[in-house]
Amino acid sequence: MGALEMVDRRQMLKTSLGIIAGLPLLISGATARAENGLSFDELYGKVSVLGLEFSDKVKWLNGQEIAMRGFMAPPLRAEASFFVLTEVPMSICPFCSTDADWPDNIVVVYLDEKQTFTQPSQTIEVRGTLEMGSWTDPDTGFVSLLRIRQAEYGTV
Amino acid sequence: MRSDLGAVITFLSLHCHGMGLSPNLYATQRRGFSMRMLLAAFAATTILSGGVQAAHAANVFPLDRATILTGSPFDFKVEFSSVVKPEDVKITVNGQDYKSVFGKDVEFVAEEKNKDKVLGSAVVLRALTIANAGDYKVEVSAGPETKSVTWNVYGTAAQPKAKNVIFLIGDGLSVAHRTAARIMAKGMTEGKANGRLAMDDIPPAAFIGTSATDAVATDSANTMSAYMTGHKTAVNAIGVYADRTPDSLDDPKVETYAEAVRRQTKKSIGIVTTAEVQDATPAAVVAHTRKRGDKAEINGMLFDVKPDVLLGGGSAYFLPQATPGSKRKDDKDYIALFKDAGYMLATSKAELATASGTNTGKILGLFHTGNMDTTLDREFLKKGTTAKFPDQPGLVDMTKVALDTLSKNPDGFFLMVEAANIDKMSHPLDWDRAVVDTIEFDKAIAAAREFADKNPDTLIVVSGDHTHGVSIIGTVNDEKPGDDMREKVGTYAEAGFPNYTDENKDGYPDKVDVTKRLFLNANNGPDHYETFRPKLENPFVPAIQNEKKEYVANEAYKDVPGAVLVTGIIPKSADSGVHAVDDVVLQAAGPGSEGFRGYMEQSDVYKVLAETFALGAKQTN
Repeated sequence: MGALEMVDRRQMLKTSLGIIAGLPLLISGATARAENGLSFDELYGKVSVLGLEFSDKVKWLNGQEIAMRGFMAPPLRAEASFFVLTEVPMSICPFCSTDADWPDNIVVVYLDEKQTFTQPSQTIEVRGTLEMGSWTDPDTGFVSLLRIRQAEYGTV
Repeated sequence: MRSDLGAVITFLSLHCHGMGLSPNLYATQRRGFSMRMLLAAFAATTILSGGVQAAHAANVFPLDRATILTGSPFDFKVEFSSVVKPEDVKITVNGQDYKSVFGKDVEFVAEEKNKDKVLGSAVVLRALTIANAGDYKVEVSAGPETKSVTWNVYGTAAQPKAKNVIFLIGDGLSVAHRTAARIMAKGMTEGKANGRLAMDDIPPAAFIGTSATDAVATDSANTMSAYMTGHKTAVNAIGVYADRTPDSLDDPKVETYAEAVRRQTKKSIGIVTTAEVQDATPAAVVAHTRKRGDKAEINGMLFDVKPDVLLGGGSAYFLPQATPGSKRKDDKDYIALFKDAGYMLATSKAELATASGTNTGKILGLFHTGNMDTTLDREFLKKGTTAKFPDQPGLVDMTKVALDTLSKNPDGFFLMVEAANIDKMSHPLDWDRAVVDTIEFDKAIAAAREFADKNPDTLIVVSGDHTHGVSIIGTVNDEKPGDDMREKVGTYAEAGFPNYTDENKDGYPDKVDVTKRLFLNANNGPDHYETFRPKLENPFVPAIQNEKKEYVANEAYKDVPGAVLVTGIIPKSADSGVHAVDDVVLQAAGPGSEGFRGYMEQSDVYKVLAETFALGAKQTN
């Protein structure tokens, strides 16, 4: 894959986002795609000490293409093939030294093709296929419950 | 002299890489210490302990000057810096062959490795005990490598001094926190406090030195571990000496206070915290790991010791991995395991009250998947994660339930209570939350004192585990003219007195966003915006991480009117304010408290706790 091709893809994504940008993408309802917007508030239907339960919306969207906005946490490891999408910019984590210290409301994003890192306070929108259920990344051992696969993203 | 020191540091830097210090480097860097500083400290210690010999010195655990309770199991380990032959290893104790004193043979490890790198040979002897008090000089050699350490083994009286011990820790509790708590909760008129905190009436007993074995600076793992084992250890370590191998669960163990209480008495054990129950402070009561982040494993260690009362957050580590919200990487269901072991489970304030009324004597109370919310968020602002976990008990509720339950044991109890959010909110420089949690901590102390008034055979200890670099410098007065918040800061006579009120007499200020409020500051931190105002929305997030893993000021606060950019003075890898090296104040009341005097190492506190329960003597007949 050439660098040029990457730029093209990203520009295409930017353009496609740009069309709807300005109008709030996720709530516009202007396109079929926009109906599949998912927000961090909508991830869990039930939150309790004894476990969380994914919302009906997440269950329904499982396997479908979705769009989700958030912030990109700095890569876990340089070689990791995924990044973590967070509700607020990745910040305080005093003494956290394990993967387990991540908050509950994260979504792991596996990119279709490598893209460059964005600034921490930059809101991004990720598009890809939603995948629900526990899965351990073979390279890093990172356990995730919710993923977006074949993903690409653009800044908002 | 200077050039000599330089040479030693250079030599050691090569040497130390060979010894596999790198696994701990990540953690060290996160604390904001460079490798060079670590090495400088290492070099300085080495020079003090014996010059030229240091170049080929083996490491011996427990370290030189360790203090050990008679009959208390500990692991003995010698790390040679090269591969040696087993027949060359000589170990003597007070001049005699070690076997005559230790009673068993060491296990020889030909090659310790870090991945493929050979670190050297080692000998290990697990769960060694020494029955008789006295000084023990341990001399080790193998070829050119020699090392000599001396341990002091101490006993206790046969009779306990107290039936119960309540050990209350304000995590990170510094002098500024208590001063601010007193002024905010009680007020001040013409320079005199309008009331006293419960902690104000517990006699100050000692200054405690909190430094770690590998650094002057310190964290909640090694500090609480020193209180709870009588051995100092390295930053991030709990219930072990930090060895050189990468495995965090094979390091030489020392006995924890809970284990000693279980071994020698029939007393009950309670752990109460507003953090995850696997967090460093509660973990140190029972656990053994080089890495405080081993929380899934620590949860298993909690189950091994089975504290009769275990209350706090951190349910995520009890849930099997398939349950959303779990932070385990296996299928163990600790909720079921604890229930099967006879525990009543409570997951809310209401359920805790119900569990308290039952007579099982064993309560597992988990009120959050992670750390519990601060008092300010929980009781007043309804922010943080209180929408998700709306019925969390506070530290006072939990302390009272623990005391009610544990005191049913006629043999008495040990209860550890931790106010975790004093530290967890001091890191992000959220002083209002840290101080309101200090007020809550004080109310838990009041509950403990009330118990001790009725049960005078109770020792109460109140302390921090380490300090923060925080001070009060005056007030912020919104009524001062202009928009420049910095000009509204009052110092010296200009500070006047703050105008907090407590109309409903609940012991908390009616609100923290009064027009004239205390101004607390840290002497360190990452780049951040100072807003001069309480953070009423959510806990303060001073800095966020960029793609270079550097922490930059969080721009979410940039446009707060009057906000000022404060440039950080610690490495950009630091996400928040750091711990201070300053001594902590320890206060104590009740039988046994006379053991605390003057300056004490944190590990010496254990000795007083051991003496109070006479843990040198078996009491289970």
